[in-house]
Amino acid sequence: MKSKTLFDKLWDKHEVLSLDDGSSVIYIDRHFIHEVTSPQAFAGIEKRGLPFFRPDRAIATMDHNIPTIGQENPVMGAESSLQVARLTENCAKHGITLFGMTHPMNGIVHVIGPELGLTRPGMTIVCGDSHTSTHGAFGTIAFGIGTSEVEMVMASQCLLQRRPKTMRITIDGKLAAGITAKDLILYLISKLGTGAGTGYFIEFAGEAIRTLSMEGRMTICNMAIEMGARGGLVAPDETTFKYLVNREFSPAGMEWDQAVSEWKLLKSDSEAIFDREETFDASEMAPMITWGTNPGAGIPITGTIPDSDPKALSYMGWKGGEKIMDQKIDYVFVGSCTNGRIEDLREFASYVKGHKKADGVTAWIVPGSKKVETQARAEGIEKILNEAGFELREPGCSACLAMNDDKIPAGKYCISTSNRNFEGRQGPGARTLLASPLTAAAAALTGRISDPRRVVIPAEAGTPSHTTNGDE
Amino acid sequence: MSFEPITIITSKVVRLQVDNIDTDRIIPARFLKSVDSSGFGENLFHDWRYQPDGSPNPEFVLNKPEGKGQILLTGKNFGCGSSREHAAWALYQYGFRVIISSGFADIFRTNALNNGLLPLEVDPDTLARLMEIHQADPFAIWTVDLPSQLLTANCQLPTADCRLPTAFEINPFRKQCLITGSDVIDYLAGLKPQIIEFEANHLI
Ligand code: SF4
Repeated sequence: MKSKTLFDKLWDKHEVLSLDDGSSVIYIDRHFIHEVTSPQAFAGIEKRGLPFFRPDRAIATMDHNIPTIGQENPVMGAESSLQVARLTENCAKHGITLFGMTHPMNGIVHVIGPELGLTRPGMTIVCGDSHTSTHGAFGTIAFGIGTSEVEMVMASQCLLQRRPKTMRITIDGKLAAGITAKDLILYLISKLGTGAGTGYFIEFAGEAIRTLSMEGRMTICNMAIEMGARGGLVAPDETTFKYLVNREFSPAGMEWDQAVSEWKLLKSDSEAIFDREETFDASEMAPMITWGTNPGAGIPITGTIPDSDPKALSYMGWKGGEKIMDQKIDYVFVGSCTNGRIEDLREFASYVKGHKKADGVTAWIVPGSKKVETQARAEGIEKILNEAGFELREPGCSACLAMNDDKIPAGKYCISTSNRNFEGRQGPGARTLLASPLTAAAAALTGRISDPRRVVIPAEAGTPSHTTNGDE
Repeated sequence: MSFEPITIITSKVVRLQVDNIDTDRIIPARFLKSVDSSGFGENLFHDWRYQPDGSPNPEFVLNKPEGKGQILLTGKNFGCGSSREHAAWALYQYGFRVIISSGFADIFRTNALNNGLLPLEVDPDTLARLMEIHQADPFAIWTVDLPSQLLTANCQLPTADCRLPTAFEINPFRKQCLITGSDVIDYLAGLKPQIIEFEANHLI
């Protein structure tokens, strides 16, 4: 039998029809829906007189356009309220499970899917949101779609797709202390470029990936789209099974055992051929930060701002040739489907514990879901944050896309754990620097871009050593 | 969304020579609050097109005499970033029917095709040549002939040279959809018997 990549195995298992021009009709196992990209699709099927074909395979949440304070009492503009109300109506009408605002299972779609066990190895998963690639961390084919495609899935549970090419990125070695999954993916994008993945599905492999937590793998797959890839995936293993066991919607009992034995088969054959292979070494990686206006503009935190892109430099208000370290920042945003999980909040909190937020820095710590928020409280993370001068908000996409009121003012610098630093992404004129939660924590304490390996070294869990930042 | 079929488009070309234009540039998130699919054209390229006080930015191409046309000529990796189909709606509603680039982000390409916008991909050398032609004669009249898959330009200035490589590629099924103004949803909905049969043997 021909050797196959994991991607090929999953694709073939979901192919309803294969057409002469090389495209396929692909069956979708799980469809996530949110308030911003779905109303036109619901209206579309209704206009055509088509029923919602498989409502039991869809799950809806509200995340993009909701406030992150005072959710019990949402003060929202008329348009935003209408979007939220419309989703509620549509879900009721078509029999779709909805985790609305303040629901204990509410949260950012790519955080709640895995956290509730709705995302499982071997599935095909889509959502009208490009970061659906996040779910690939569980060994799934997961990708973002537009609203017309949302309508297609509503109408038929299928999509017409061209088979993407396959790429494997192998990362040998292990990440050193203070260097996170976020640094790894920013490093890869900076090396390969924002268009390198166009037309590809990427499998991430190698020791550095195997030794990452599920949260870390999700951060990597989340940003595969920032390389232009359709999606990213990681073969499931014990780390995956351990994460999924006993989650609300995970299989249980005998079904669980059966599922795990099938999931264990989900890997690329040793002889499988990828259309493209890249190899990197984790030991070469440093904490990364972006200086420009696309996610490929990452440099090591000890690096120099290049003078290659005058337009980006002028938007960012920087001169090429300067060191990025010690540049002043105004805002810190910790959250999003890239780094808004409990592990990220733990990292941030263990770093700032016993210290104080710098004066003049505004920090928004936004949990990725209601469960993360509740857990952060139960674990004492909120208390640590409060003592250090931070507050924990309520879940949502928030300043990741600045659709609600969480906008960074024009000209201000925001160190952000999200995934996009495009011009205006966090608000008109906002200047975004993408980095890990640790780098964000270091900046929050100093008010400047700081090396998380130098400022505060969190020794063992929760016992940070002292601040020593050279000339501060 | 239903759209007008595309056969032959004859128009001036709007040149926006910037690489990696992301969908947040095409339409910022704060304009995605509508539950309808109309009204996005006026916010196309909003933060380039308008000054902070809301008045048109005279420097931006859409606000210049050469800023009207049905064909947009732009840099590589157009439409990267967010999956928002609002980007395709905004381009279409402004009046564009064809976007020429040396590469499109995957999701944007599909969104465009599903909304009556032709993503016309050329190789990087051809793109450079097209940019040159436009620079030499910004008011040249270009023709995109979809049925024959040909791109041609007619210079208005006698001094300009409008010869260009003409043929372009497009998936036959997608071409048919654009020419007839039909979309994939009806096709998929028509496959229900096969899909139900597939489901019977498909366990997740
Ligand atoms: S957190 Fe940001 S990237 Fe993630 S789903 Fe929300 S808007 Fe998209």
